[in-house]
Amino acid sequence: MPDPKATISFELNGEPATLAFAPHKTLLEVLREDAGLTGTKHGCELGECGTCTVLLDGTPVLSCLLLGLACAGHRVTTVEGMAAGGRLHPLQDAFAELGAAQCGYCTPAFLLAAQALLAVEPRPSRAAIKQALAGNLCRCTGYLKIYEAVELAAARLRGEDATPARETLYGHA
Amino acid sequence: MHRREGLAKLTGRERYVDDLPLDDFLWGATVRSPASRGRVTAVRFGRGIDWSQFVVVDSQDLPGPNEILLIERDQPVLAAGYVRHVHEPVLLLAHRDRVALRRAVAAVTIEVAPEPAALDFRVPPRPEQIQYGADNVLKHLRIEKGDVERALATAPVVVEGVYETGAQEHVYLEPQGMIAHMDGDVLVVRGSMQCPYYVVKALTHALNRDEQHVRVVQTPTGGGFGGKEEYPSTIALHAALLALKSGRPVKLVYDRTEDMAATTKRHPARVRHRTGVTRDGKLVAQDIEVVMDGGAYVTLSPVVLSRGIIHAAGPYACEHVRIDGRAMFTNAVPFGAFRGFGAPQTHFAGERHMDVVAHRLGIDPAELRRRNLLRDGERTATGQVVNDGTDRVAVLERALALADYDKKRAANKAGGTTRRGIGIATFHHGAGFTGSGEVMLSSRVDVAGLPDGRIEVLSANIEMGQGTITVFTALAAARLGLTPDDVVVAEADTARVPNSGPTVASRTSMVVGRLVERACDDLRRRVNTGGRGKGEGLKRAIMDWHRAHPGGRLVGSATYERPPGIAWDDHTYTGDAYGAFAWAAYIAEVEVDLRTYTTRVTDFVAVQEIGKVLHETFARGQVQGGVAQGIGWALLEDCKWQDGAMANAQLTNYLIPTTEDLPPIRVAFLENPYPHGAQGAKGLGELPIDGPAPAVLNAVADALGVEPTTIPLTPERLMEIAERGARNAEQRRQ
Repeated sequence: MPDPKATISFELNGEPATLAFAPHKTLLEVLREDAGLTGTKHGCELGECGTCTVLLDGTPVLSCLLLGLACAGHRVTTVEGMAAGGRLHPLQDAFAELGAAQCGYCTPAFLLAAQALLAVEPRPSRAAIKQALAGNLCRCTGYLKIYEAVELAAARLRGEDATPARETLYGHA
Repeated sequence: MHRREGLAKLTGRERYVDDLPLDDFLWGATVRSPASRGRVTAVRFGRGIDWSQFVVVDSQDLPGPNEILLIERDQPVLAAGYVRHVHEPVLLLAHRDRVALRRAVAAVTIEVAPEPAALDFRVPPRPEQIQYGADNVLKHLRIEKGDVERALATAPVVVEGVYETGAQEHVYLEPQGMIAHMDGDVLVVRGSMQCPYYVVKALTHALNRDEQHVRVVQTPTGGGFGGKEEYPSTIALHAALLALKSGRPVKLVYDRTEDMAATTKRHPARVRHRTGVTRDGKLVAQDIEVVMDGGAYVTLSPVVLSRGIIHAAGPYACEHVRIDGRAMFTNAVPFGAFRGFGAPQTHFAGERHMDVVAHRLGIDPAELRRRNLLRDGERTATGQVVNDGTDRVAVLERALALADYDKKRAANKAGGTTRRGIGIATFHHGAGFTGSGEVMLSSRVDVAGLPDGRIEVLSANIEMGQGTITVFTALAAARLGLTPDDVVVAEADTARVPNSGPTVASRTSMVVGRLVERACDDLRRRVNTGGRGKGEGLKRAIMDWHRAHPGGRLVGSATYERPPGIAWDDHTYTGDAYGAFAWAAYIAEVEVDLRTYTTRVTDFVAVQEIGKVLHETFARGQVQGGVAQGIGWALLEDCKWQDGAMANAQLTNYLIPTTEDLPPIRVAFLENPYPHGAQGAKGLGELPIDGPAPAVLNAVADALGVEPTTIPLTPERLMEIAERGARNAEQRRQ
């Protein structure tokens, strides 16, 4: 017997949205199953891995722990909403240039967590980046290329002529 | 070149298996054994559920043999009245509503009459625990060179040690999953996997279908690390059985807890070393005994054991070597492929032991390694003459210089509550399948010339983050003088691509990449280029060919050929185990907090010689990611077992490194091109996980003056060792 559906209105990636869904559903399930936005991934559905991170009113939240109903009237941003007007976000450009995405499964969450950091801290230290991303697991990269990409994007967002940090690579001999 | 599929991954457009659109489908789920061993006496379907709405599959539903075809055929697709490990699949359910399905799984009770389980691979089984052969030994292998007993008897110093490594969970971020459906009379299975043709073989065997009626398509794979080598065959079979019975598409995606509890992990191991050495530190005898926990079915344990023992003596010259290896049957959830494939376990023991030897002799660990590293012309444990022109001592020296080793080693013995230490590991990793493996695989790659002049690379090797698509694009473009946009890499769809072998064993760039190059050469031979051999001329020639052969297929092809001068004897376990080894020296710096016994890695230097570096960013990613995974294995990742089940099957208490747990990982490559690898490449993917654990523990040994022998070295374990060490020192003073 299917649950009766609940209907909410909220802002999804800059556009007004009205969705009807079973009221027990998490935001993660609503986004993936009812909004058709599969860029938000599930990694554990227990709030441990950070893979399902989205922004709620600009703040990173774990969409697997939040009921879809709780988003009524709020602003939700997913990875699909990062590229504005057909242009990639500087973070997306920097991740591409520096190879910060490998398998790509954790990438949407890292991009959003980093976007939230840069919104409040345009010149983050390496320690601040590490702290801001500490709730997101990546098993491919060892995180270093992600830090470098965040630093590069931050510099470009500040309008600085930036070259990628390369301190972890000594090159060939 | 940027990652070819990067834009899709960065915008959320990449469709992993659970993201694929699917209409009118059922969710599948697995009902598992609650017991380690015993006869299934009853399967009870709970009240309050309308079971007629569920598709139910058990072992009776198999159209063919109830066997998951791999090295052996001992593992059933679904347990048939008898279980051999906790979480063994017994029953499959499907329903269109996932919530109802979860309730139904919980409402099934599987009753088992328990029998004595073997749960500790380190102790000889009691008679009532024996379930495989006469002694529960799944595989026994031995390497012998020279006369170890005589050499040990006359060695000036003999040093013994026993080292243990725990299971490790892969924690690819994308959980395992498969979709199965019928397309006419063809069974189609899509999912997250490393080895599409392993899945084809498993499906054809157990479902009694021929290859024309089975099609397997790899979906973008969110990490593998070996965990998606053999296990996907099981999920594919389960999804297929449900789809065949229901006539509907079925999606079977594990959640994290099921994935961690029920799928394979790295083999736990115990390695005993008895080493004869001269007083100035020259190895004269290595007697090594390796025991691994295979779990309840054979899976890939024989080959994991093989790679483990071949690497066990390290990258050192020693005339007298004996390595005895056994993989044991236990009633544990079967262990399987994991990056490194046995070598991380034996390298941990060997490299930790080298430092124990150094401490005994009063020689610096770096100096002990300098004196023993293989020089060109010397032989490995299997008798393989190493003659590749790489200066292995120079690899070590580079790492020592980058880490500022001498200064730090001298300065580190600070007092207070923080102790600092520095530790080394020097090691090697053979790329490609062991021994005759590549010959038996007989991999093939096709390169097609398309009517618009572009070319398409067709292989079964998959992208899981390591960069296959980009590397194959670059190799083909360079070989044919084309731009990357002239090259497409086909989806790994077994209806279209030839069997180029599995995406494992650090073989994809080196071995399969070389086949891509040779298939490109073959394509050029097949078109009449009229002197326009490459680039735009070649494109025009391909287009001309298609105009002359409307509807025709223009395909160049290459099949694996063993490099000349390589010989391996599987019976005596002697000869050239690998076409090439990559060589490395890793150095870890640690801080140990004596109040909490927490170990933090504060700096890490990784120097390796891997032949030609094909893509600097990807190569660095492999090293930094592998080092991170190795540091996790060394310090954090602790599988807790309770009655044969993983008790901490969640990321709350099975911890992998976060941003706050890792040091800078400083990477340097030395290049000595390997003539038989693509553009001179050697394998890289696995090498980086061999070195971190011993380097980190050697650094802890340096910091505290203790000899830890077991990983993960959790704070609890280190406290026990450190306080025992302090007590022993106290007793010595009295």
